[in-house]
Order: sequence, then C-alpha cells, then structure tokens
Amino acid sequence: MDSVGHDHNHPRQSDDKIRFYYQILGQALKELLIEKRIISASEIQLAMEKREAATPANGAKVVARAWLDPKYRKRLFTDANLAVAEFGLELPTTRLVALENTPKIHNVVVCTLCSCYPRDLLGLPPAWYKNKAYRSRVVHEPREVLKEFGTLLPDDLEIRVHDSTADLRYLVVPMQPSGTDDLGEEVLRSLVTRDMMIGVALADRAG
Amino acid sequence: MVPLQFDPGDQVVVRGDFPIGHFRTPVYVRGCRGVVVRYLGHFENPETLAYCLQTNLFALFKVRFRQQDLWDEYTGSAVDTIDLDLYENWLERG
Repeated sequence: MDSVGHDHNHPRQSDDKIRFYYQILGQALKELLIEKRIISASEIQLAMEKREAATPANGAKVVARAWLDPKYRKRLFTDANLAVAEFGLELPTTRLVALENTPKIHNVVVCTLCSCYPRDLLGLPPAWYKNKAYRSRVVHEPREVLKEFGTLLPDDLEIRVHDSTADLRYLVVPMQPSGTDDLGEEVLRSLVTRDMMIGVALADRAG
Repeated sequence: MVPLQFDPGDQVVVRGDFPIGHFRTPVYVRGCRGVVVRYLGHFENPETLAYCLQTNLFALFKVRFRQQDLWDEYTGSAVDTIDLDLYENWLERG
C-alpha cells in the first residue's frame, strides 16, 4: 500500500476513457463556439479539410527540389519558410527549419512535450510519433529506436535528436540516394517518404 | 532591444527548478550543461500564454547537449547530441 490511511488502489484511467472524455469536451466546446457565433460550422469544416489535405507529398516536393537545385537547397537552409512558399505552402504561424542530413550528421525529430509536427509539409502525424514510447525513448536511446525502424547507423555518424520544445518546426532533408543523379524531379519526389523527413528512415533504403 | 544574454558557443546550464505550471523546458535537461548554438528569435512566453495571461517576449536559443552528459548509461555513440529550443529565463551561464 502506498501511504498511511490510503489502503486501496486507484485504477489508472484507461487511454480510451480519457479519449472519450476529451471527445465530449471538444464537442461541447465546438457547439458553444458555434452557438455564440464566434466561429461557424462551415469555417470549422474548411479548416479541417485544409488540415487533411496536407500530406507528405508537400514535403517530398521540397526535398526533391533541394536534391536537384543547389540554389534552392541554399535558400531552404537559409529560410525554410520562404523556400517552401515557392511551392505555395504558406505557413503564417509556424517557423520552419530544414535540417540537413550529411555523411557526418543524421537528424531525427521528436516532440517530447506533446506532438509538435510540421503538419503543413507532412500532414497529420503517425500514431507512433504521438505515442509515449517513441517520445520518451528516442531522446535517450535513438540508435535502438532507429534500429527498430530498420535504420542502422555507424558509430562515427553523429545522431542529432531535435526536441521541438518551442515555436519552431523541423523538417529533415535526407541525403539523396546514390545512383539517382539522372532522375527527374517527379521520380525523385516518389523516393521521399514521411519517415525520412522525420528522420527515422534513410533515403537509400527506398531507392 | 536589450542585448542578447548569450552568444553562439556560450556554455550554459539549464535551471534545475521544478515549479508547478506550464513549461516548455523538458525535465530531462533541467540542471544539465549544454552549448548555445544560435539565437532563434523572440517569442511570447509560453508560461503565461498557457493561462491566457499577458505575455512578454523571451529570447529563444537553440542549445546543444551531448547525449553522454544527459544520461549516465547512454549506450549510443560518444558523438551523439540532442538539440532543444530553450527560453532565456531557463538558461544560466555555465
């Protein structure tokens, strides 16, 4: 028993129960905001559609261009917001930073405090990105976590974890797979996956 | 604007405090030593923003830590690092 005068256990609330609670709370909030005319149902619908329209294809366009065009690459690492705006991706409330994978540094992104994610470029985050297991483990055993994704990295390659603790969002730019120099932009885009842009996969594996 | 407290390359220690409230400084770096990589801009203080209170702007810095300095039993490579974006009120000269 854990303390004096406290001789029974409190069962932990299940994730389902908590989720159910917040669903009701979210629904109530939405109804109140509509009723008070602070926001309309169609505005909410539009915002959701816009949110769901973003997919990793957005990020893939940016990465493929960075592989092909050294000048674009430079712009991307200088000011990522300006560089992605060239593809019509305006991120008014987000400061975006592109992280360059090199033969010496491999970048991987996490948000240990919640689940911050560059949604405009990658769409909605996968379930594992939001799970406690990934968020707690990748900061202290990144090599084990990457191994579970099939990504084995040599010891002399620095693994740099980026914990998105504040107002910036991060996009990993993987290294271009060898032997793809002659490929066109469309084909290169198809080689770029979501997991590469989070940093848990290497582009070479898909090549 | 007041001059920035830190320059790239400065050694810093994250405040080892555990107050109650909303903070964007993960517990695992509190009290730890790192190096300022760069200044990221001024942002609204999330600690008061979380309660819809009036906020002031805080300088935000990218700080790099060596994994070996954070975890006693780190099993990865000695070259591994972790970057966090930390507000100036959590950083002290180290």
